Amino acid sequence: MSQMVEDMRLRWRKALNIVMLTLTGVAAFAVVAVLFLILGYLIYNGGKSLNWDFFTKLPKPVGETGGGMANAIVGSLKLLFLAAIIGLPIGLMTGVYLAEFGGKTFSFITRYTTDLLNGVPSIVIGIFAYALVVLPVKHFSTLAGGVALAIMVIPITVRSTEEFLRAIPGSMREGAMALGASKWRTIATVILPAASGGIMTGMLLSLARVAGETAPLLFTAFSNRYWSNGWQQPIASLPVMIYTYAIAPYDDWHRQAWAAGLVLLGLVLVANLGCRLILNRRGAYRSV
Amino acid sequence: MKKTILVAMLVLGLVATTGADGTVLLNAAGATFPYPIYSKWFDVYHSAHSNVQINYQSIGSGGGIRQLQAGTVDFGASDGPMTDEQLSQSKVKILHFPTVLGAVVPTYNIPGVSGELNFTQQAIAGIYLGKITKWNDPEIVKANSGVKLPNDDIVVVHRSDGSGTSYIFTDFLSKVSPEWKSKVGTNTSVNWPVGLGGKGNEGVTGLVKQTPDAIGYIELIYAVQNNIPFGKVQNAAGKFLKADLAGVTAAAAGAAKDMPADFRVSITNAPGATAYPISSFTWLLIPAQIPDANKRAAIKDFLAWMLKDGQNYNEALSYAKLPAPVVAKEQKAIALIQ
Amino acid sequence: MATSATTMDNAAPPESGLRAFVHKLRNGDEVAHIITLIFAATILLITSLLVYELWINSSLSRSKFGLMFFFTRVWDPVSGDFGALPFIYGTLVTAVVSLAIAVPLGLAAAIFLAELAPRRLSDAIAFLIDLLAAVPSVIYGLLGIFIVVPLMRTTIGPLLKHTLGFLPLFSGPNYGVGFLTAGIVLAIMVVPFIISVSREVLLTVPREQREAAQGLGATRWESTWQVVVPWARTGIMGSVFLALARALGETMAVTMVIGNDPKIATSLFAPGYTIAAVIANEFTEATGNLYLNALIELGLVLFLMTFILNGLARLLIVATERGGGRPA
Repeated sequence: MSQMVEDMRLRWRKALNIVMLTLTGVAAFAVVAVLFLILGYLIYNGGKSLNWDFFTKLPKPVGETGGGMANAIVGSLKLLFLAAIIGLPIGLMTGVYLAEFGGKTFSFITRYTTDLLNGVPSIVIGIFAYALVVLPVKHFSTLAGGVALAIMVIPITVRSTEEFLRAIPGSMREGAMALGASKWRTIATVILPAASGGIMTGMLLSLARVAGETAPLLFTAFSNRYWSNGWQQPIASLPVMIYTYAIAPYDDWHRQAWAAGLVLLGLVLVANLGCRLILNRRGAYRSV
Repeated sequence: MKKTILVAMLVLGLVATTGADGTVLLNAAGATFPYPIYSKWFDVYHSAHSNVQINYQSIGSGGGIRQLQAGTVDFGASDGPMTDEQLSQSKVKILHFPTVLGAVVPTYNIPGVSGELNFTQQAIAGIYLGKITKWNDPEIVKANSGVKLPNDDIVVVHRSDGSGTSYIFTDFLSKVSPEWKSKVGTNTSVNWPVGLGGKGNEGVTGLVKQTPDAIGYIELIYAVQNNIPFGKVQNAAGKFLKADLAGVTAAAAGAAKDMPADFRVSITNAPGATAYPISSFTWLLIPAQIPDANKRAAIKDFLAWMLKDGQNYNEALSYAKLPAPVVAKEQKAIALIQ
Repeated sequence: MATSATTMDNAAPPESGLRAFVHKLRNGDEVAHIITLIFAATILLITSLLVYELWINSSLSRSKFGLMFFFTRVWDPVSGDFGALPFIYGTLVTAVVSLAIAVPLGLAAAIFLAELAPRRLSDAIAFLIDLLAAVPSVIYGLLGIFIVVPLMRTTIGPLLKHTLGFLPLFSGPNYGVGFLTAGIVLAIMVVPFIISVSREVLLTVPREQREAAQGLGATRWESTWQVVVPWARTGIMGSVFLALARALGETMAVTMVIGNDPKIATSLFAPGYTIAAVIANEFTEATGNLYLNALIELGLVLFLMTFILNGLARLLIVATERGGGRPA
């Protein structure tokens, strides 16, 4: 009698196993399908309007063909560069602090505050950066835009750095210490390299996210129809151009907006690939 | 490799800190409605005067006013004139210069109705107040004999973002409907009694196109450039007019006689048989005092150019030209900029 | 008798403050501690400054409306009457709907990619999913308008009404735009965060855990769901935090598909409005100090909401902490 029950239970568990695993496959498939739909739409609409002029010329007023977004492409690169050198170190170091050094209360406060910062709407961050960097000097600047984006880069970097440092098993730390390494040496030469794949994923994710942000740039970097010199002038950027063109009445501009969206995605793709190749990692520390 | 890239970018950044000598760089911000014509003008002007770069960004009329008051831009642009309160709050005296004229039109999507509908003034006000709820309401039917209007609920669409287009539209409604004026009022953003909000002209158009029985209001240039059908509106003289450039200029000409010296005037519901009732100027906001001699000269020269040659570009982009009397007054007003 | 130089100086007198500090600095670990602490403090500084700015710039509206700001339903720029309630409601509803869709979907997909898919395929797909995070929100908005809204109006909406129409959640007219559409678009936007981070964290779970479970006779699913996932719990929760934060603060995409009507309605088909969307829509055009202050006060309200939601979520974690997981 109990043998039958055992069998039934086993069959149920086996059935559940197959059903659930299939469901996960379905979920993954659904997400990938949506992804391909979005990318496909973007490639189709953007590809139609992409030409050499797009990458080399300045914007032209409506009605004239041959304009491009060369200044916006360079602008986005400059802004992302600023966001990276200001925001990533803060994020990385804070992540290290939380994972390796943190005292209980201060860590809690820091984590909580980081999550709060993450939830601030991008336009509010833009207003904040405006009050901080633009108003005192009375002009818009690339620097202001970079600061706004840097603030948005920090929270994601902190979280992912902390998570992946924590994922390193204690055995590695103990091993290093047994060899006589001090704590900071262990972190710098053993833990960080081991976690670098995951940390880098987090950094790239955060940069990818801010690459497409429009609202924080509207009042900081403003935008520019011309080339921008140095770091103190307003500067064009792809997301702001997309926004401006997408809401305009002109079909030609709509097509350019899609093209810009595609180029933006392409930039992020190249950055992703480049970083992975350079650091030659294939993901977070893996046990399997 | 990574280091080289980093170094290269730093060098680029440092090297590029000096601007070209003799270039006058002007930053301006404001209304989105005239952005296409402004970008055309600034581009043409730059080709003729290669040392002057005017960088205009359409962040919205309110944004333009605020940035001008904060001193972060050299001049601004607005679809609605600044109020007395705003002018008194400004540390610098600000002059208004009308640039082009535009119009707002009603667009709709009614199953089975393909022709142009006539809208009385009370019909539009009633619809947007939420009092007229069905398409076959007598107020709409009486102006459209021969058209079979269904007994469907009207889906009202308005702008969700603050905009000059809303300003013009609500200004019109306030003039033709005392109830609207007391209940809702005129502004770039209002507390709409009913309706869905679409972001931008394309948001409204998109909603109207996709939703049966919908009605919305959009800019004339947007409707023309995208071949969107729209209806006729009754003007103060009782005639039903379909918006076009001639009708808009007629509305402005009617107002030109009584134009105040500071050019702040509303021309909605203008008198005259050929005047389109939902028309408006849009203005450039110029500080009366500009300390920098180069910038001052450039702005004054641009204004003079805009009033003469610039106007020739308007109609190709579906903006109406300024009437001659207004142009003459503005040319004299340029001298006020010190 | 202490002859070795490495024993503690319990015989020597305690050093005075400055000397002790400088002595500490020679210790590399302390230096590292202090440096990273300073960076962590920077975040607190930035956030405090942000809240300060928001507080100062909303003073007019705070003094005029006081606590009633939270409960007033009116938003009238012309008469100067402002209230936050419809926006608070809209923000909460869209965030909840988006997470309700994105978390199960994202977690399931992450499990598939981490546990079942061949490594190459998994890496390739994860790489592409990371790209989704870079798509500008304006584009998500456009895709929402062109694809999701018509789909909602013609297919999804009627289907839901047919099956679940008796619930007040799915009653009322269906325009295509509304809370549900906004929730779906948000879900698509935040799912990459959940998948990306969860997948990486699942891959860090030690092999021994899986083997132990299967050695005891567990099926693949059981070992995954009852051992591996709980082990990665904090990481997965972290990804959900990221997703929640993005859902709360998203502006462009939401405003294009939510209908932008500041009203409170029980139906998910009804149009609504969120805090971030109204700020994005009206900030650039807002003239008049009270209007501007009211918008900034909304920003402050959102900050407060994030504060509370994060607190609740953390309590949830603590409550489920017992029952196995990676030792903290």
